Amino acid sequence: MSRNSLAFWIGATLFLFAALAMTQIIGNEYPFFACYVILQFIVLAVAWSILGGYAGYVNFGTSAFFGVGVYTAVFLFKAFDAPLAVQIAVAAAFGAFLGFALGLLTLRMQGIFFSIATIALTIIIETSVTNWRFVGGAAGIQLQRPMVTAPFHSYVQMLFFVQALLVVLAVAIARYIQNSWIGRGLQALKDDELAAECTGVPTLRLKVTACVISGALMCAAGAPAAMYLQYADPSSAFNLNYSVSALAMSLIGGTAHWAGPIVGAILLGVTQQLLTVTISSEVNVLVLGVMLVLFVVAAPEGIIGLIRKAARKRTGGGA
Amino acid sequence: MITPSGAEPAALLRISALTKRFGGFIALDNVSVDIHPGERFGLIGPNGSGKTTLINCISGAFRTEAGTVVFDGEDITSLPPHIRTRRGIARSFQIPRPFKSMTVAENLMVALDFASVAGDFIPAAQRRDTVMSILTQTGLASKADLSTLGLSQVELRKMELARAMATHPKLLISDEAMAGLSSSEVDEVLDLLIKLAGQGITIIMIEHIMQAVMRFSERLMCLDAGKIIAIGTPAEVMANQRVQEAYLGT
Repeated sequence: MSRNSLAFWIGATLFLFAALAMTQIIGNEYPFFACYVILQFIVLAVAWSILGGYAGYVNFGTSAFFGVGVYTAVFLFKAFDAPLAVQIAVAAAFGAFLGFALGLLTLRMQGIFFSIATIALTIIIETSVTNWRFVGGAAGIQLQRPMVTAPFHSYVQMLFFVQALLVVLAVAIARYIQNSWIGRGLQALKDDELAAECTGVPTLRLKVTACVISGALMCAAGAPAAMYLQYADPSSAFNLNYSVSALAMSLIGGTAHWAGPIVGAILLGVTQQLLTVTISSEVNVLVLGVMLVLFVVAAPEGIIGLIRKAARKRTGGGA
Repeated sequence: MITPSGAEPAALLRISALTKRFGGFIALDNVSVDIHPGERFGLIGPNGSGKTTLINCISGAFRTEAGTVVFDGEDITSLPPHIRTRRGIARSFQIPRPFKSMTVAENLMVALDFASVAGDFIPAAQRRDTVMSILTQTGLASKADLSTLGLSQVELRKMELARAMATHPKLLISDEAMAGLSSSEVDEVLDLLIKLAGQGITIIMIEHIMQAVMRFSERLMCLDAGKIIAIGTPAEVMANQRVQEAYLGT
């Protein structure tokens, strides 16, 4: 294992320990409510950047995957009383399948067509779920949380820790992809798809792979949301806000490095939480929009890009 | 490098009755030609005559309407470009298409990562050496760790050839690698191509610069309006009445 990898896994372990310690020390439930949302957005942003950042295929369908995750959990819980771990695992499998189908159907086309198809996907799935009585239809569905298992004192604490695990999983996968031949292939096809093909890169296969992984992680991130809210309805589970946020967080953080979406998600997630508490939940959408515009104009490479530029200046070289 | 063994009569690349249409426009009309192993093959023709279309059909960027492409004894007509690259067909682009977010060395690494056949996988430690030896050969060693954005035109053309070489090709197609270069730069690129041919790589060179074509080609083909109008030794082709008409007009 390289020194970088060692540092990463030590960091990940510390993060999980800190999350676990938080659940043991802090009695108040609010911090977990707030942090859960931020962690959820980290997973979504990291997952988004696997296809949107590394491969450059802009996915507007984060909310479709998220919503499918939510409703997979709802269905499994209602039909089989399935435990949380099963809900997440099945949601991930379903997300992978959805990513595969979407990828195979649309990724042959280059650029904007994929983006349009992802919007259509959201609408189709949301409409289907809205008309599906078993999971509550348009009115939504109330869910009764089961008893929480030790060492956690409340279900929200447990969900918080589960989401922290998903963060580590998502980041580890994104990091692996970035440093592996898959990442180099995605980077090449992002730069120039035809040149990549003619250099031996199996572009379609790599794009579909990225779409599968990204979709699985998004659905996994959505699955615990049903239990988090104890309620699910189509218009909030498939809310466009998830798509916009995941995209904005990735781009603001910077997609050239796996850490970018994390930075972006923390920055925007914390800002949103603060604004929701202090001003109103509508203002945070406005702030998101303004920040996205500012970054696209002033720092198209995101925060990671700014840091890299600063580092380059300090070493004083053009290299 | 791969050298065809002893007496191999078969063509390395056999194009048979290839036709490519864009809507009602026939870009290639029933083109048939054999390229022999180790050959230096020149391809000329006026603008719009179908040269680049032919290259796109050989490398797999375009699907063809009719006809077959057989490479190294195998029908590759319906294979996607990346598989053809792995089988040994490499190309450069008329307008250079570098991976612009990468350094020169990283551009070549992509080829090592993806184009090498399972059998001759290169271990990580040797990759840098492999890349550097190709860059040295192409005169780009000093640019290895520079972004491709900082390269001059001639360096970009050489980088394209270097990247193609890193795929370990049997057949290299150079699509107007010399267009827009100064005469000394033309000689540099030409010397490079001749050197690569000397290593046993079959090369198809598309070019407008006649002095380069005449010096390079062992055999020359002229396309006009999607049809072969002449094929033979450079002297024969240039003496051909129809070639002169196509180029100079009547």
